[in-house]
Parts: sequence; structure tokens; C-alpha cells
Amino acid sequence: MTEIRSVLVANRGEIARRIMRTCREHAIATVAVFSDADADAPFVREADRAVRLPGNASADTYLRGDLIIAAALRSGAQAIHPGYGFLSENAAFAQQVVNAGLVWIGPPASAIAAMGSKIHAKQLMRSHGVPVAPDNTVESLADIGLPSLVKASAGGGGRGMRIVRSADELADAIASAEREALSAFGDATVFVERYLEGARHVEIQVLADSHGNVIALHERDCTLQRRHQKVLEEAPSPAVDGDLRVRMEAAAVAAACAVGYEGAGTVEFLLDCDGGFWFLEMNTRLQVEHPVTEAVTGVDLVALQLSIAQGHAIPGPLLVEVPLRGHAIEVRLCAEDPFRGYLPSSGIFHKFEFPEVPGVRVDSAIESGDVVPQYYDSMIAKVIAHGATRSEAVRRLVAALDGATLHGPTTNRSLLLQLLCELGEVDGPAGPGVDTGWLDRQQLGDGPSPGSTIVAAAALALVRARAVEGGFPIGWRNNPSQPHSQALSLHGAVHTVHYRFDRRGELDVLVVDGESIELDVFTRDAIDRVAIAIIDDTVYAAGGRFAFDVPARFLSPDDAGRAGSTVAPMPGRVVQLLVAVGDTVVAGQGLLTIEAMKMEHLVVSPHAGSVTEIFVQTGQQLDGGQPLLRVDPS
Amino acid sequence: MSVLPDRVDPAGDAYQANRAALLAQLAAHDEQLTIVNLGGGEKYVERHRMRGKLLARERIEALLDQDSPFLEFSPLAAYGSQFPVGAGAVGGIGLVEGVECLITANDPTQRGGASNPYTLRKGLRAAEIARENRLPVISLTESGGADLPTQSEIFIPGGQSFRNITNASAAGIPQVSIVFGNSTAGGAYVPGMSDYVVMIKERSKVFLGGPPLVKMATGEDSDDESLGGAEMHARISGLADYFAVDELDAIRLGRQVIKRINHRKRGPGPRGSGRAPKYDQEHLLGIPSADPKTPFDPRDVIARVVDDSDFDEFKPLYGASLVTGFAELHGYPVGILANHHGVLFSEESEKAAQFIQLANQIDTPLVFLQNTTGYMVGKEFEQRGIIKDGSKMINAVSNSKVPHLTINMAASYGAGNYGMCGRAFGPRFLFAWPNAKSAVMGPAQLAGVMSIVSRQSAESMGRPFDEEADAAMRTMIEDQIERESLAMFMSGKVYDDGIIDPRDTRTVLGICLSVLDNQPIEGTRGYGVFRM
Repeated sequence: MTEIRSVLVANRGEIARRIMRTCREHAIATVAVFSDADADAPFVREADRAVRLPGNASADTYLRGDLIIAAALRSGAQAIHPGYGFLSENAAFAQQVVNAGLVWIGPPASAIAAMGSKIHAKQLMRSHGVPVAPDNTVESLADIGLPSLVKASAGGGGRGMRIVRSADELADAIASAEREALSAFGDATVFVERYLEGARHVEIQVLADSHGNVIALHERDCTLQRRHQKVLEEAPSPAVDGDLRVRMEAAAVAAACAVGYEGAGTVEFLLDCDGGFWFLEMNTRLQVEHPVTEAVTGVDLVALQLSIAQGHAIPGPLLVEVPLRGHAIEVRLCAEDPFRGYLPSSGIFHKFEFPEVPGVRVDSAIESGDVVPQYYDSMIAKVIAHGATRSEAVRRLVAALDGATLHGPTTNRSLLLQLLCELGEVDGPAGPGVDTGWLDRQQLGDGPSPGSTIVAAAALALVRARAVEGGFPIGWRNNPSQPHSQALSLHGAVHTVHYRFDRRGELDVLVVDGESIELDVFTRDAIDRVAIAIIDDTVYAAGGRFAFDVPARFLSPDDAGRAGSTVAPMPGRVVQLLVAVGDTVVAGQGLLTIEAMKMEHLVVSPHAGSVTEIFVQTGQQLDGGQPLLRVDPS
Repeated sequence: MSVLPDRVDPAGDAYQANRAALLAQLAAHDEQLTIVNLGGGEKYVERHRMRGKLLARERIEALLDQDSPFLEFSPLAAYGSQFPVGAGAVGGIGLVEGVECLITANDPTQRGGASNPYTLRKGLRAAEIARENRLPVISLTESGGADLPTQSEIFIPGGQSFRNITNASAAGIPQVSIVFGNSTAGGAYVPGMSDYVVMIKERSKVFLGGPPLVKMATGEDSDDESLGGAEMHARISGLADYFAVDELDAIRLGRQVIKRINHRKRGPGPRGSGRAPKYDQEHLLGIPSADPKTPFDPRDVIARVVDDSDFDEFKPLYGASLVTGFAELHGYPVGILANHHGVLFSEESEKAAQFIQLANQIDTPLVFLQNTTGYMVGKEFEQRGIIKDGSKMINAVSNSKVPHLTINMAASYGAGNYGMCGRAFGPRFLFAWPNAKSAVMGPAQLAGVMSIVSRQSAESMGRPFDEEADAAMRTMIEDQIERESLAMFMSGKVYDDGIIDPRDTRTVLGICLSVLDNQPIEGTRGYGVFRM
């Protein structure tokens, strides 16, 4: 038995903070490692010690096992907790940690290796009687049939995955998946398996100790996904009854036993429409969505990981029975705009606050004033609500998200709220239910649009901010010939508010986007109640649900000239230029690809025309909004 | 600290009657403003917009700092004349890049922005305001030149406009001209004399003679662009300093010029808190009497105009028909003279003369709140030297060097107009409430005087006096004098800087005090000989 007094957390963001929280509760010292972009991040501030990993790219920092082990040794940490992602499922690293005389808070390297290659894991499961879907290691591509799924063997979290629906897409899908897999995991191996349409994603949390105990902590349903990235997770699954739970838990325990598992892990299954379930993969680490299990079982999984790593057995009561109390739902709050192709966003959150709601837990990467760097995953927080019933959990989660003040980059909050509101109906007892492709099939539209009240409140806040205390009445005229106006832009759409104040400073005339607003007590009250914050040239309205830009009052001719340019939708790096000056393009044609937040994004032409200028080159680092090239309409 | 009491009873009959009368007068004034703001009428406004052009007031609004105040002067110029009310031009003071500027704009929807005698009067007054208060001038030019039928009234005195531009420039006051359209012949000298000139691509047209005139004069074939387009002036002649791609770009450039002129106000700046008055300014509507014969206490007005309603009265027990005292207004120190019972006696005259001297000694601007029927007449008063005493007051006003601001609250008759700093006595600004009247004397008195004179004349010549004709004449004269004494008529003549809503008095005076603070404020130390 090794007593752990100090743990190095080889991760960043919310999971680093979450692990350190449990460490603190157990009087275990914490060591953070951080990239340059994360130097001021909360997980660095909150650690007892912090070691810099020079650079920003994951490959230079959080994937540098050698630097991390050196940091652990120098800082006196006895153990390394890898969190999820990065090196968490890197068997070689796990072995190096152990070789360096440190405790690896995770399963043995052999177990990781066995599951790390998805190709081999499936073979192993097959041999242990765990149901697996057919793939190209046992069958020909033709026999697998379509649709099929290209997967990174070393992958996780949906990265490097591509669905293929026609044979001619396959080569491209493999190439692109390989590229992404190499960049994300350092291993380009991919495989192709049958894509089970209409299936749900249900996973079983398992826990194994060095004393031979293996238990299942029930399931989590993670069916709401966007391109294989989980969006909302809940426990228990609305699609799993007691009998199915028992069978799935048994399969999961069998899977863990097959690899001699130790610590916390997750066995993922696809649950098809007929109640059949298929082994997908085993995640040999703590999962992003572990808090929903913690909520319904009442355990602290990180504490159990620490305990098991120190050689302790799983506590007796858990061996007898794992509780399942109420219902818990987690949503992943990401700095991205689901209504604009999930464009990642980055930058500072001037305010990042959630209201106190009973049963709600927020695991966040940032606090007010912190920055979301452009280099890593877009998830900035997990919001988890626990309630006696599913609907209570939904209500609490909605209250937390709705009441949150998020003044910063665009987030997917509105989509999460929309999903939560639809959840009871779509995925309720009477609803059609969901599958892992459900969200991808939804037409998200343009997202919520601000009503006239919010637009007016935002504009009037700007006006009032310009007013001088004790000065002359706002916009005073002895001969008022016309109302004044304030423009705001939201995702490129310009809203114009015309207004006039009377000599007492009372709003007298209000016209929003051409619609005259009657100023009765209700309208005035509604406008006054919209929370507004003006930060630099952005007006955050309604807790940051809408972030209006304030257009410059006058466009200089240079701006006017470049107004026809296509601009970088986000900060990132130019991967490939697909056109050259003089090329004729059609609307929607790809112009270049940008890599940002580890994802590749295609920038398309807004209209048909010809490319007249290209302002960037391959490999160039871009700021959001930077002009890329110019397509003159034909 | 002497806070004035609140003595207005908004529920009282007098208040209600006064308010109703004033609201009716304001409505009549607003009606004229509506006409003014319609410019040359719907048809011409529409045509102007079809050309992608902004209206004169829209250009000004775009030029001003957002939400800042704009004090337009003489909007009713030419009211009561043969020319359209407003005189085809807009002028006022507003903030551009934080600098108080004098802005003028031709209204091209009114007869192509042509200048008539009232346009000229308004323009000359604008130049005077700019000179006296050291305000940078921005001219938004688009004018077809002189109104030809009345050219004889414009041409000779109009030269002053161009002289004013360069004189102001010589005095270190930047002159900016933004040419939105035609600025030809004489008009070409507006940009010509200006310090900074912005012209607009394919819009500005600045030449001495257009293609037809050139053809007649020299036989040369030419076109607008080569003779006076923005491109030509920016690249070849050098008359344009800034080349704008469109109207808004020109306005942007105009603002850019002002941002860089390094303007500094030379006055002492505000001193006090600028705290709002304690009482509702809305009640100013019920204070001036609906019946001009009923005096009202100007302290009720002062209480609603000065900071914190705090007014330190000077000599309150002496010459009680004139209220004098010190206060602050939007933080600026002021001395106030306000008529109470209308008539000025010897005591009031001497009190005023002393108070004006004091204000000069301490470099404090003066505010005159007029409601006067003039100096007292009659044997007793003549014998006691009302002329000498009134002259002392007029002497003090005339030679005072601190800035004066005048508001005609109700009446400005006879020499009282002079003593209380009427237009001829050079107040920096003079505004009137809509109920205000100005004349050499009241209409009834004037008609009566004329009747007595003609009766005496008839008697002395032994002619019979025609009572009926006399009555008709009295009515006619009374009507004419009444009409010509009304605020809108005076404003039409540009004898004031505009009619204001009484509720705006504090704001207007505050803006004026801030504007005049662009100049150093220094009272005179010497006076003309006072007749004792």
C-alpha cells in the first residue's frame, strides 16, 4: 500500500479542477501542469504547485509524457492522475509513470493497451462473450455494408470518426479521419464497422480494485450526441429497465474482468431498438459525464480512484449494493455556436456565473474573468442537476442554465435549453425516443432571436451609458426633427432602434426594427428588467444569451472595400487553400480549411463569383474576423 | 445657500389658465417647426432622397456626437415674410468629437438651397455667434447661390459672409466646409475661404462658372466634373483637402478634422455641482401670466432654472421691482437680473447699474430675465431723474464686458428692452418664450397715443375730430402692433435666436454658458461716465 500525499494532475480545465477538489477534501496536495495559454487558468491557480509546459499545442504540452513525469518527480508528487483525454488512455505513458516509481491513478497499462486499440478490444470482447458489432477486422467492407462508421482505433470522444453512407465517400472519410486521429491521438490507425442506426448510447460505469472486486455503478445514457460528441448525459437511462440493467452490468463487469481492470472505467454499448446491446468500447479512465453517476449513487468516483490506487478495496457497502437514487442529467456547456455550424469561439468570459439552484452542480473550467484558449476542447463547463424525478432534474437544470450570466464567447446554452425543453416530450414515455443520430438530424435554424424588448434594452443601455451625469437631457433638441438611432448587430444581422427621450430623460419614442413600440408600464418594466452589460464594443443582454456587436458609426472606405471579403469565422490556422486567385466558384464551394479547437472547418464561398484576392497562406495563424480572401460576386 | 421656496400651486386656477394659454402658444410654435422640418415639402424631399441624399437636419444629426444636445437657432427665421419659414438653412450649436461647433447647413429641398435676405441674416448671425464664442464652424454646403429676384438685398451685404470666414480663420477659429452638392459662383468661395474642405465623389460641384457660362464666355465645351467635381478638386486644383466616397464618409471626415484641431476652451469652466433645481421645471408652464398685465414673481422661475434652486439675492429690499442676485447654472456662476412688477423706477435702475458693475468686477456672466413694460413715466419720476437713472442702467449694460444671456419671459417694451439687454445690446444669446412680446410700447398705449396726438392736431387746426375713423384706426394700429410684437414675428425677423419652451430654459442657458466658456470671461474695469 502506498499512501498518496501529493498528486500531479496531467490535465487541464474542469477535470483538473474537479480532481483537485477531491484531493483537497482528502488533504492530498496537488500539482498542476499547464501550457502557456493556460498559465492564468483556475486549475493552475487552485493547485498547490504548478509546472509550466512550454508551448500551446497539445503535442507540445499536455501530451508530453516525459515532461509531465519529470514535473511529478521534481515537485514531489507520488501519483499522476491523467483525467480524461490527452494521455489518459496512453498505455505507454501509464507504464512510464509506473517505471518512474510513481503511482498511476488508472488501470494497469496492460488493460489500457488491451482496450486502447479498439480493434483488439473488440476481438477480446468477442472472445469473452460480450456482444460486439461486425467490423472490417472480421468481415469485408462489403459485408459490413452501409452505412458504416470510420473510427480511430486509438480514438475517443468522437474525434476521428466519420459516418459513410455511400461507397465513394469512404476513401475521403478514412483520409480525413486518419489526419484528425493523428493530430488528436498521435496514431492514425482507423477501422470501419457497421453503423447501427437508431441505436442509443448506454454505458456502464465500472469500478475494480486490486483485491479482485469488480462492481457496476449502473448506466448512463448519452444518446444525445452531435457527431459522436456527447451533449447531454443522464442516469438512469429512460430506455433501461431493471432486467436490462442487470444484463448490461453483467456484460460490463465481464469486459472489465477480461482485461484485468483496476480503477474506474466505462464500458460503452449501443442499445438497439430491439433491446439488444453491443459493445462499443471501454474507456479506461474517468469519463466526462461521471458526475451523473455520482449524483444518483452518492459516491465520489475520484475519491474511489485515489483509494483504489493506494491499494484499498472498494468499500463494503458498495460491494453489497450500489444505490440508485433519483435522476441526474448533465449537459456540456461549450464555447461554440450550434446555430452557426458549431463554430468554436474563444476569448475572455467577463462574467461566468450560475445561480444557486438546489441539486445543481457546476464543474467549470473557468471563472469570471478567465479566458477560453483557442487550442483545446471547446467544453467550458458541465452543469449537472439531480432531482427526485427526471422532470425535476430537467427543471433544475433549466433554471441553472437560464439564470446563468455568461458574458463572453458564444456558447451552446440556447441549444442545451432547447434540448432540455424538448427532452420530456421527444424522449418521454409517449415520445418517439432518440438515437445517437437524432441531434444531427435536427434542423437547428438560426437559434433564438432577440425580441424587440431585448434589442431595445441593449440599445438603450448604450444610450444611457453615453449620458453624462447631471448633463443635458439625452439627445436634447429645441427643434426635434427626427428620432435618434442606435444600431446593433447580432451574427451579422443589423438591428436598428430609433428612440427619443423627453426633457426629463424619459423614453418618449421607441421604434425597434421599424416597429413602433407602445411605451406603457409593462413595456417599460420589461425593458428595464433585461440584464445588460456593456463590455468594450459588445452588449451582453439577458445574461449573455445575446451578445450584440456595436457597429462603428462610420465605415471607413477601407472597411467598406473589405466588406465583400470572407473572414475567418474563428481564430485558428489555415490548413489548406482550396482555390487560387482567378478561380470561379459557386455559392457554398469550399475555399479553404481552418483548424481550430482541434477540428477542421471548411470556409465556403458566400456567393458565386470569382476569387479576386487571397490575403492568407497555408499554415498561417488567424484571428477571428481576419479577412481571408475576396470573392467578387459574378 | 439660500434655497428659494416652492410657491407654485399647480392645482390653482391661475396656474391652470396660464398653462393652457402657454400650451396653445407652444402648439402654434410647434406647428411652424413642423413646416420648417418638412423643408421644401414632400415632393422636393422625396426627390432629394431619390438622389440618395440626406436632408439638411439628417446631415447635422449624423455629424453630431451621439445623443449630445443640439441648440438650433432661429428655426423660424423668415416667418411672416414672403419667404418660406426657416429661410432655407439650418444653424445651431452641437458637439462634434466633444467640441462645441457652430454648424450650418443649406436646405437644398427649399428652392435648391438658395439664399434669400433671411438666409443671409441667419448666416451672418451664425458667424457672429461663432466669432463671439470662438466656435469652430462646419458648413454643410449645398446651395444654388443667391435667390435671384431678391439679389439686390443679398449681393452687396452678402460679401460679409465670405469675409467672416477668413476673419474667423485669422482669429484662429477653424473653418470647415463639407460640400454636398452645388457650391458654385459666389458659393464657391465658401470652400475657397475655408481652412478644411471635404468634397464628395460625383456629388460636389464647385466652380465659378458652369458649362453654359463657360461656353458663353470662352466658347469652351466642358462638363461639371472637369470644371468642379470632387475628384478634380482633390487631385488637380487642390481645393478639396479630403475626398469622400459618399455623404456619410464626408461627415466622417468632417468629424475627423474636428478631432484634430486641438480645440481648447479658454473660459474658466464650470465651478459648482450643477445639481438640478429642486422643483419641477414642468411648472414653468403655469408661471407666466396668461394676461400680460398681471405680473409674476421671477423667483419662481429662477427656482426652476438655477442649480439646486439656490439663489443669493442682492439688495432684495431696494428697488423691489427688479430682482438681482447670484446663482450657479449647470455649475457656471451667473448674476441674474429679472423684472418683477414690470416697470423700472430710479431705484431699480441704480440697483441694476450697481449689480452689472459688480458682475464685471468678478467676471461673472449675466442673465437677463425680461418682463418689463419700460421705465416709469410721469411728472414725479421725470423730476426725480428717471432718464438719468435709466441711462445709468443702459450705460452699465452697454459697456459691460461679461457675456450676457437674455430671455424674454413675457414682455420687453420701450427702453426697458434696452436696459434689460435687448438684441441691440449684444447679448451672446437671446431667446424668447412663446408668450413674449416686444415693442416700443404696448399696442393699446401706442394706438391711444396716436389717437391723442391726432385729436390734439385736429383741435389745434380747428378741424372736427372723426371719432368713428379714430376708433377704426386705433383698432387697426392695435392689431398691427400686437401682431408685430409677438414672439414668432420677432423670431421671423431674427431679432432673437429662437423661441424656446419655458421648460427648456435651464437647458438652453446651460448650453449657452458652456458655449460662451470657449472664450475667456473678463469683465470691464472701466465705464462710460455715469450721469449723476
